[in-house]
Amino acid sequence: MSHETPTAPEPTPRTETPAASPPPVIAISGLSKRYDSGFSALKQIDLEIQRGEIFALLGPNGAGKTTLISIICGLVNATGGSVTVDGHDSVTDYRAARAKIGLVPQELTSDAFETVWNTVRFSRGLFGKAPDDAHIERVLKALSLWDKRKNKLITLSGGMKRRVLIAKALAHEPEILFLDEPTAGVDVELRRDMWEVVRELRNSGVTIILTTHYIEEAEEMADRIGVINGGEIVLVREKATLMRQLGSKQLTLHLQTPLASVPPALAHYPLTLAENGNVLVYTYDASEAGDSDHVSISALINEIEAAGIRFKDLHTKQSSLEDIFVNLVRERQ
Amino acid sequence: MNLQAVRSIYFFEMARAGRTLLQSLISPVISTSLYFVVFGAAIGSRIQEVEGVSYGAFIVPGLIMLMLLTQSVSNASFGIFFPKFTGTIYEVLSAPISYFEIVLGYVGAAASKSAILGLVILGTANFFVDLHIQHPFMMLLFLLLTAITFSLLGFIIGIWADSFEKLQLVPLLIITPLTFLGGSFYAIDMLPPFWQAVTLANPVVYLVSGFRWSFYGISDVSVVASLVMIGVFLAVSLGVISWIFRTGYRLRP
Repeated sequence: MSHETPTAPEPTPRTETPAASPPPVIAISGLSKRYDSGFSALKQIDLEIQRGEIFALLGPNGAGKTTLISIICGLVNATGGSVTVDGHDSVTDYRAARAKIGLVPQELTSDAFETVWNTVRFSRGLFGKAPDDAHIERVLKALSLWDKRKNKLITLSGGMKRRVLIAKALAHEPEILFLDEPTAGVDVELRRDMWEVVRELRNSGVTIILTTHYIEEAEEMADRIGVINGGEIVLVREKATLMRQLGSKQLTLHLQTPLASVPPALAHYPLTLAENGNVLVYTYDASEAGDSDHVSISALINEIEAAGIRFKDLHTKQSSLEDIFVNLVRERQ
Repeated sequence: MNLQAVRSIYFFEMARAGRTLLQSLISPVISTSLYFVVFGAAIGSRIQEVEGVSYGAFIVPGLIMLMLLTQSVSNASFGIFFPKFTGTIYEVLSAPISYFEIVLGYVGAAASKSAILGLVILGTANFFVDLHIQHPFMMLLFLLLTAITFSLLGFIIGIWADSFEKLQLVPLLIITPLTFLGGSFYAIDMLPPFWQAVTLANPVVYLVSGFRWSFYGISDVSVVASLVMIGVFLAVSLGVISWIFRTGYRLRP
C-alpha cells in the first residue's frame, strides 16, 4: 500500500505530499462550481487523493462536499477546473475515469420493486462488466445481504438499503469508492459493521473517500482528513498530524487538599484551579510539546511535588477531532 | 461502445414491463378490443365501406397507430422519469456510458415494448375483422419507425417533466387529440374541405395514412410524404435529445 500510515511522523504541508510518493489516484485542480441559481458551491478546489488511502472529507451542511463528489463522479458539470482519475480526465476520458469509481450516494434511493440480487447485478452491467455471479455473491455476503438477495428493495430497512447501495457501488469492482455520508441514519452496530467493510476494502487496495458528519467516523477510519467549508478546502492533513498540531492536551491533577490559589513557585506554568481548588488543570499544546512532552510533564510534576502539593489522582485528556473541527470552522466564520 | 450497459438498461426496462404485464399489455389489448366492438361491429356495420375496405378493417391501422403512439410515449417517458423521480438515475449518470448508449437502452426498450404491443393488437384485430396486409415489410417499417420516434418523444417528455402531472400533461393534451384527429377512424376526404386542409398540419395524419397504405394500398397522402414526415419527426426528436445531453438539461446541473 502506498498510502502513508496514520502515524507518519512529519507534518505534511497543505495538500502537498512527500516528493517520493506515487502520482495521486485523483487529482483535482482549480475546480469550481457555480449553479444556475448563482450559488457558488465550490471555489477553486485543489486536492489530491493518494492511492489506497482513506480520505475523510469533513464539513458542515452546505459546505460543498456532495457537489465535489458529484463532479468527480459525473453527476454535476463543473464550471471550471479539472479532475483526473488515475490519469484519465473525468470529462474528456469519462469512460476510463468513471469505470474506476464506485459511488454510494447520500440519499437512500432504490428501485422499490426490484430484488436485491437484480439491482446489484444491474449495476455491474451498467459499468460495462461481464456478469460475474460469484463476485456479486461475495459482495452480498460481505455486506450480510445474502439472505436478503431475493427480497424486494421496498421491504428492506433503511440500514439494509444503505448496504444495498454499497453493494451496487462494489458490483463492478471499483478501485476508488466514494461514500457520501455512508452511515447517516444507521444504528451503531451497523455503523461498526460498515467501518469493518470499509477497512477490508482498503486492505484490498481500494481508495476510499468518505464524507461524514460523524467526526467519530473520520477519527476512527481516516488516514487523511480534508476540511471543506463554504466551498473551499480549509485544510488537508494526516489525521495524526492534525490531531497533534491542532489538538490541545489537558493534565488534570486531583489534589489531596484544596488550594486557594496557584503557588507563585509554579506561576510560569499555565495552571488553573477548578472545582473549588480541588483540581489543578494544566493545558498545553500537544504539537509544541512534541518529543519533549514527557520531559516537561515530569518537570512540572517534580515542581508540584517540590512545592509541597500532594495529589491523589491524575489523568490526561486529548481534544477530539470534533473539538478541532468545531474550532476550525468557527475560526473561519 | 459499452454494449454491456446498453443491454443492462434494455433488459432492466423490459423486465419492468414483465412485472406490470397487466398494465403494459393486457389493458391496451382490452381497450383496443372495445374499440373494435363499438366502432367496428356496432357502429361500423352501419357505415359504408371506405374505398372498398369495410369500416371495421379500415380502422385497424389507425387503432394500432393510436396505441403505438400513446404507449411509446408513456413507456419511454415513465422509463426515464421514474429513476429521475426516485433518484436512482445517479447510477446511470455516474456509469461509463455515453448519452447515445443511455438513449439506446431506454428508448430501445420502450420502442420494443410498443412494437410488440402493436403486433399483439394486430393479432387481436384478426379475431374481429378480415385482415390482409399488402406491404408487410412497409407495415413493419412504419410500425418500428413510429415506435422509435414516439419513444424518443416520450424520453424527452420524461426528462422535461418534474412532476407526475407534467408527465401526463403532454400525452393528454397533445398526443391523444392529435391521434384522434389524425384520421384513425375516418378517411380525410370524409371531412369538409376546410378541415381537410387543417388536418394536413397534423403530423399523425401522415403516420396513419402511410400505415394504412401498407395494409390496403389506400392513403390520404402519398407514402413518400408519410415517410418524410416520420423522418422529420425522428430528426427533430434526436436534435432535442442531443441538445438535452449537450446542456445537461434537467439531468446534470
